[in-house]
Amino acid sequence: MTSVSSASPAFTGKDPENRLFGPLPDVQGEAGYREDHPARVGFFTDTSVCIGCKACEVACKEWNTLPMDDSYGTRDTLGLSGMSYDNTGQLGANTWRHVAFIEQVRTVDLPMPTVGPPPDAAASRRDGIVDAPDEAEPGDSVVTAQTSVLNAEALSEFDPQTSQSGDREIRWLMASDVCKHCTHAGCLDVCPTGALFRTEFGTVVVQGDICNGCGYCVPSCPYGVINQRKGDGRVFKCTMCYDRLTDGLQPACATACPTQSIQFGNLDELQARADARLETLKRQGVESARLYGRDEDDGVGGNGAFFLLLDEPEVYGLPPDPIVTTRDLPAMWRSAAAAAAMMVGVALSAVLGSRRR
Amino acid sequence: MNSDCIVIEGSNMAECHPVAFQWVTEAKARGAKVIHVDPRFTRTSAIADLHVPLRAGSDIVFLGALINHVLSNDLYFHDYVAAYTNASSIIREEYRDPEDLDGLFSGWDPDSRNYDQASWQYEFEDSPDAGVAEDDPAGAAEQERLSQHEQVKDADQAHASGSGGPPLHGRAKRDETLQHPRCVFQILKRHFARYTPEMVAEVCGVEPEAFLKVAEWITANSGRERTTAFVYSVGWTQHTVGAQYIRTASILQALLGNMGRPGGGILALRGHASIQGSTDIPTLYNLLPGYLPMPHAVQHQSLDDYCADAAGTGGFWGNKRAYAVSLLKAWWGDAAQPENDFCFDYVPKITGDHSSYRTVADMIEGKVAGYFLAGENPTVGHANGRMQRFGLANLEWLVVRDLQMIESASFWQTAPEIETGELVTEQIPTEVFFIPAASHVEKDGTFTQTQRMLQWRFKAIEPPGDCRSDLWFYYHLGRILRERLKDSTDPRDRPLLDLTWDYPLHGETQDPSADAVLREINGVGPDGRALSGYLDLKDDGSTTSGCWIYSGVYADEVNQAARKRPGREQGQVASEWGWAWPYNRRILYNRASADPDGKPWSERKKYVWWDAGAGRWTSTGDNPDFEATKPPDYVPPPGAKAQAALSGQDPFVMQSDGKAWLFAPKGVVDGPLPTHYEPAESPVENALYPVQGNPTTEHIQAPYNREAPSTGDVFPYSVTTYRLTEHHTAGAMSRTLPYLSELQPEFFVEVSPELAAERGLENGGWATVISPRAAIEARVLVTERIRPLRTRGGQVVHQIGAPYHWGEVGISTGDSANDLLPVVMDPNTHIQESKASTVDIRPGRRPRGPELTELLEEYRHRAGIASGRMPVGGRVAVEGTS
Repeated sequence: MTSVSSASPAFTGKDPENRLFGPLPDVQGEAGYREDHPARVGFFTDTSVCIGCKACEVACKEWNTLPMDDSYGTRDTLGLSGMSYDNTGQLGANTWRHVAFIEQVRTVDLPMPTVGPPPDAAASRRDGIVDAPDEAEPGDSVVTAQTSVLNAEALSEFDPQTSQSGDREIRWLMASDVCKHCTHAGCLDVCPTGALFRTEFGTVVVQGDICNGCGYCVPSCPYGVINQRKGDGRVFKCTMCYDRLTDGLQPACATACPTQSIQFGNLDELQARADARLETLKRQGVESARLYGRDEDDGVGGNGAFFLLLDEPEVYGLPPDPIVTTRDLPAMWRSAAAAAAMMVGVALSAVLGSRRR
Repeated sequence: MNSDCIVIEGSNMAECHPVAFQWVTEAKARGAKVIHVDPRFTRTSAIADLHVPLRAGSDIVFLGALINHVLSNDLYFHDYVAAYTNASSIIREEYRDPEDLDGLFSGWDPDSRNYDQASWQYEFEDSPDAGVAEDDPAGAAEQERLSQHEQVKDADQAHASGSGGPPLHGRAKRDETLQHPRCVFQILKRHFARYTPEMVAEVCGVEPEAFLKVAEWITANSGRERTTAFVYSVGWTQHTVGAQYIRTASILQALLGNMGRPGGGILALRGHASIQGSTDIPTLYNLLPGYLPMPHAVQHQSLDDYCADAAGTGGFWGNKRAYAVSLLKAWWGDAAQPENDFCFDYVPKITGDHSSYRTVADMIEGKVAGYFLAGENPTVGHANGRMQRFGLANLEWLVVRDLQMIESASFWQTAPEIETGELVTEQIPTEVFFIPAASHVEKDGTFTQTQRMLQWRFKAIEPPGDCRSDLWFYYHLGRILRERLKDSTDPRDRPLLDLTWDYPLHGETQDPSADAVLREINGVGPDGRALSGYLDLKDDGSTTSGCWIYSGVYADEVNQAARKRPGREQGQVASEWGWAWPYNRRILYNRASADPDGKPWSERKKYVWWDAGAGRWTSTGDNPDFEATKPPDYVPPPGAKAQAALSGQDPFVMQSDGKAWLFAPKGVVDGPLPTHYEPAESPVENALYPVQGNPTTEHIQAPYNREAPSTGDVFPYSVTTYRLTEHHTAGAMSRTLPYLSELQPEFFVEVSPELAAERGLENGGWATVISPRAAIEARVLVTERIRPLRTRGGQVVHQIGAPYHWGEVGISTGDSANDLLPVVMDPNTHIQESKASTVDIRPGRRPRGPELTELLEEYRHRAGIASGRMPVGGRVAVEGTS
């Protein structure tokens, strides 16, 4: 097959079993590329080493000449969001990388240490913080916070990704979100113009000169990534720097990342690296670590851009169990056909029945 | 990267130095512990294993308690301390410690408010053979006497210790058993005895357990097999006791044996590209290139005077005359001859404190005619922005060279004082010349980074329009001035006319060659060839060098700074990437990575060692910081000079005695040992001594610089200023760009939920922050990352965080946090205390216009502070300094 289809694998008819759902070992092949197409590439975003510098956001906007916007996506507007250090808010037509900041605080209630104030005084103070901080004066709650201290032995048992800050366990999670470049991309499946297409690298890209702004793709994305630009009407999203890839360069965000939180490469290599990293973290006791978008048996057939997270996906604003919106298309068509047949049947029987009468 | 434990204190490394932080990430991946000690939980804390929240301005107690812990539990590195530090040196009988004198050292003069340092000195050996050879003992003695002159002290010669310690004249008596009651080791023990975990809890608000955890981690990760590194930035320097913060860390690291070894050290992170370069080849008034002190009018009337203090002292400073003469030859070429003292007379002499803030006070008095600002936006970036604006408004002319129109160039139109009526545009006499500058990608040159490494960068594109490089500006300015004066017979014009001012010019804009300047800095020998390093420099005028420590950067006629061989193609030290002064050394004093006999302390931390077979020092890839063939058993013969006066077991080759100084017998103006003093404005009393603040702190008393009384209830909260990753310093390079402005779009302050409840502040709402200097408004971020701390007697200290990037010009604008700050300074460095002062905070926006002035007057009145009212135009005299 030599012609390249811009449609998703679902419509090639090559593998009826795998058309709209489940693992797909060769997405480019499914899209009609010849066998010598390049390897599928992707992002592995390791949030455990992200320092929230937002260099990825800036590099992305610089390279792709995206407009400035506020946390609601309103163009050429500035405003403090009040949500930690996240003034970007969300992915959208003007923002293709978004670093989320999540502050988590938990007071640690540990056995009293050997050094410190007398046990009785400390115990009563500790009770104060656990039970009824509201009843205490502001000063008192601080007092309790200060004396209900950590236990040095217990400290070493904490999740190494959780910073101990005085008697509190504080986590400030940072994670750079991006278009997932799904194996089964809902946006691409529903695009009526062919503006969205699967590239030879296995990524999903919008062609701005073809998009007619119909917006069908917007509700079809299970992650809420693709979006229309106000005043323009067309949709925009991460291209994984398709223009750079064709010139043999890395995407801008991965190039700018100082701590290798964003890693770019061949997807199978990234997956192996991510599996090893997860194992290392688990060995270090980071029980909460997990991969997101790595599983090809998930609802989108796995992602081209996947993540190592330190908490539930919901904490980062990611759907826990995304399913490609076109998964049920065959079933829907079957139901529609059945319904149509039934309606025909009913109509026929009605006609026949009326004749019989 | 080679560290087993990294303590980041006084620095928000991940946010302010994200590129350097990749190596911390790397070390952590290899198993290193990362500790962050900071008032705020920041993006650095988020990655650290342990965050210790401490009260701003209390670090000496925290670090001093670590020293006490190490000493009293016998956890110091015995062999290292005995051989490589001055622990065994004996101090003069007259010395008295703050423990004996209620917080003051011996030598205090209450009238001049500074110290006579004589009693801090070593007790020297009497035998003349034991001492080093003085070329000019009388001259040296006279210099020693003059160095205690008040005007000389004002000029802060301590800066000249930036590349090693001050000169000593004699050899200290030592007690190798460390038992003598007056030996440094015993003095140290007594001095820090009261710095206990309980004291840390009372002063810093840090739980003893958190403190002990830090103590456990750093001691377990120090010694023969392991090393710990300390990292600091302006969180340590910007205090009235800033230099002493770093001294405390130095003592601790020397006791733990972490200096001169891989993975050890104290890393001073610099705030922008080439700030290190701007101290090496200084923009400081009291330094010449290579940390040579600026000549002082009282002390130095001739080259002989200037060099007398160094002539014959031990260590590499003993060659000061060669460095100085080569510099004079580089500047004045053939005009500099032995007969005219190599034009030493041409060098301007200082007469006292001419530092930045002092100069601004002089501007306000009308004593300064003109001012150059190059890449500096002081009305936003410096402490007390109001004072800065009053200063700029009282000049005749101002030249601003910057990439963008900045507040310091537009103050005559946009200053907040226009709105309050304190400045009137039509009445401001200052004529402002704004000259657009080329950015770093639009010019060739070097950056010198925190590791002392010079990295060449190539011009990528031509600067747009009228933008020009700094090199272009100063070269052509000099050229035009010289042309105008070329027929002058006035002797005062000779220094300008005799300058070597001849560089190849390139391109349409006639940009001077940065490469040629670098070669001039490197210096040439009698044959006109580039020198290979400072050991080639001579004091007879046959060599030149624009900065002796940089000599070697153009060795073999090759721009060594431009080497860019990737790390993966070379060893771990990667010595072929860029060039580090001196002599491309990547770790200073690395002789200390071997034991006194020259063997590595351990296989794991092997770095430099003595190869007896070859008869020279060798290394895993670095250049040994020691004379290559001086064996470990070398003993200086009587009468030896300079480096020859140091033994084969003295790794700290820039010190007169070759030792790491646990106790500084000279050179630090506020004491030979660090002692806890509270910040000039503090919410708490000094728990250790009756003396509240550093007695030698520099104050400028004037209406624009009122200070709040400590422990008052009108300004009850502690405020600390800082930077965000998203913006760059005073904002010229970030608030003017949409992609950075949108990431942190508005000025905000960070407060704890407890303080928010106490003062009725709402997340996302407005607050007004008031100090005796200014009232500013900001958005509020309420966060658990800021914590109230409990100090002595249960007193709760609330801290407010305020990023200082904002001003009134640009895409993202807002009030400026630095307007809040007092100008009170560390006497060693004249650096202001930005990291701890006091304020009040209340909900809502600030008043506008004259009402703002009234609000401030009302606050000052309530706090019992003198009026801060300024006359229109802002011309006032300083009421007093100390």
